[in-house]
Amino acid sequence: MIKAHKITQPAAVSLSKTPTGIKGLDEITGGGLPQGRPTLVCGGTGCGKTLLAMEFLVRGATQFDEPGVFMSFEEKFGELSKNFKSLGFDLNELVNQNRIAIDYVHIEPSEIEEAGEYDLEGLIIRLGYAIDAIGAKRVALDTIEVLFSGLTNENILRSELRRLFRFLKDKGVTAIITGEQGERTFTRFGLEEYVADCVIFLNHTVDHQVATRRLRIVKYRGSAHGTNEYPFLIDQQGFSIMPLSSLGLDHPASTERISTGIARLDAMLDGKGYYRGSSILVTGTAGTGKSSLAAHFVDAACRRGERCLYFAFEESQKQIIRNMRSIGIDLGQWIDQGLLQFQNSRTTIYGLEMHLVVMHRMIEDFKPDIVVVDPISNLVAAASKAEVKSMLSRMIDYLKIKQITAFCTDLTATGGTLDQNSTDISSLMDTWLLLQVLETSGERNRGLYLLKSRGMPHSNQVREFILSDSGAQLRDVYIGSGLVLTGSSRVAQEAHDKALALECQQEIERKQREIERKKTLIEAQIIALRTQFELEKEDLDRLISREQLRVETFAFDNLAMSNLRQADEQIEGLTDQGVPL
Amino acid sequence: MTNTENNEIEPVTDENKWTLRLYVAGQTPRAITAYVNLKKICEEHLQGSYQIEVIDLLVNPTLAKDDQILALPTLVRKLPEPIKKIIGDLSNTERVLVGLDIRPIL
Repeated sequence: MIKAHKITQPAAVSLSKTPTGIKGLDEITGGGLPQGRPTLVCGGTGCGKTLLAMEFLVRGATQFDEPGVFMSFEEKFGELSKNFKSLGFDLNELVNQNRIAIDYVHIEPSEIEEAGEYDLEGLIIRLGYAIDAIGAKRVALDTIEVLFSGLTNENILRSELRRLFRFLKDKGVTAIITGEQGERTFTRFGLEEYVADCVIFLNHTVDHQVATRRLRIVKYRGSAHGTNEYPFLIDQQGFSIMPLSSLGLDHPASTERISTGIARLDAMLDGKGYYRGSSILVTGTAGTGKSSLAAHFVDAACRRGERCLYFAFEESQKQIIRNMRSIGIDLGQWIDQGLLQFQNSRTTIYGLEMHLVVMHRMIEDFKPDIVVVDPISNLVAAASKAEVKSMLSRMIDYLKIKQITAFCTDLTATGGTLDQNSTDISSLMDTWLLLQVLETSGERNRGLYLLKSRGMPHSNQVREFILSDSGAQLRDVYIGSGLVLTGSSRVAQEAHDKALALECQQEIERKQREIERKKTLIEAQIIALRTQFELEKEDLDRLISREQLRVETFAFDNLAMSNLRQADEQIEGLTDQGVPL
Repeated sequence: MTNTENNEIEPVTDENKWTLRLYVAGQTPRAITAYVNLKKICEEHLQGSYQIEVIDLLVNPTLAKDDQILALPTLVRKLPEPIKKIIGDLSNTERVLVGLDIRPIL
């Protein structure tokens, strides 16, 4: 009973949050930073602390109508305004409109002499005045740790900092306090001791000469939050954090089918093509036509009026358009119509996570139906295999949630096992096409296999993949007597087969003619025999009748003769009348 | 608003006139201690050639920004140049003298 009572607690009052307006951060934090409380943002040099703090204020002022005070301990107003101008924030204007107040606190240790007890009331008064002057709801202190180098009495500082944070809470402002990363602690001077509500850690690592920025929410008192390290990007639009790692596996599954752009390939896939929102992987060695398959797919999609985003890591946009024109596909027209957009970049220009963020943002902006990544194997240049796999799985999860069909090509290293792709991501893919070079009789021909296609019956046969000036075509390869033939040997074999078949046909016809001839012959013989028989029969009949006549004549003659001789005795064999018996 | 307390003992020439500003926030014990200490030091070392201006930031918060005041109380030596700052209740006379750059001879 007692236990039960303990468990039943009043419904927790949900923590009110202040939206930051920063892309992705509100998703990870579940709505923003704790309202009316300070948040500590810490990290190493150049990790973007100041930017995060400033963007929080600028977005607050511009998007949420919440004025903010930026207290800078490091940079002067002029420097700040210049730095942020390049990120598209016009601080001067915001300051003139009283939506942002910037107070530069200058501390020069050599100018300051400490003589006795003091407090930081001056700082608090300044801050309080600035907050009241513009009715600020947001405050950023960047970075308050400078105080530790300017003032020597740490005891006073610590108690005063505690007072400062209490003051901020009392004021009800949502604050961001930045702090430099310490060797073992989050901040060099242990600021996390005072700011206990929310701590955000920014990380900037360089791996294989490629830098990646990451953000992690170390703690968020009274709120659930994403706990992973999230990659983020700083560019002309400020901060972008991608909350991809928090995506689950509960994406929708469409039953709509979309054409591959190649009729025979559609036929191999149950006659209908890929599923919308599925992920398609094309692997193959160099020059097997992976990009051509992609181009066909893109072309077909654009014909349906769908939007395509093409991430090319190997070729420039113009090069792709030129090359695809050679197989009869004009991608240029879709670009002109705004249905197709290329994003061409080398994979090594930034880290993998950054690629992910860039792709994420472009997808958010362009809202494509189809995304092509050509090729994903190049991403390995920017990171390790495991990282690529994790990145791609997040990418694919994201695309699936958005119901965007993903078409990825993957270059298999020559000599490697063909179904062993460089990034080991085949398990993530729904449809897997393998393009293989079949090398026979001094020729290299392309073969297309359908290794898998989830959720649909599909052909298990290899097809010859031919690139012609009217596009890619699939042909049946010659399979027979233990041989798989492609290319000219297939053509030769086919001709050979044709000749063989023709020969057979002729033989049959010949035999049939022979039968006819024999039949005719026999029939003729029958007629001849019958004719002969008739003739002989006629002769014999004639002979028979003649003999009979002769017999009759002879009997008559005998009778006549005996009559003449008046013979009284009966002639043997004759009746009384003299006629034979 | 500004509590200017001119030391009206004798007029001083511009070259050796000391202009001192003491920033405080209200009549706190520490502020009073600081003022008393300052007055004592000035009387001892700068007799007749100084001017103390006490600024209460509770009354004039904007002035904190101009002189880059953080800690209170802060004593600012406006003249002679360069500007010097001493923070604290000025109980450590030695450090005040060093901070104001006052030679003991004077």
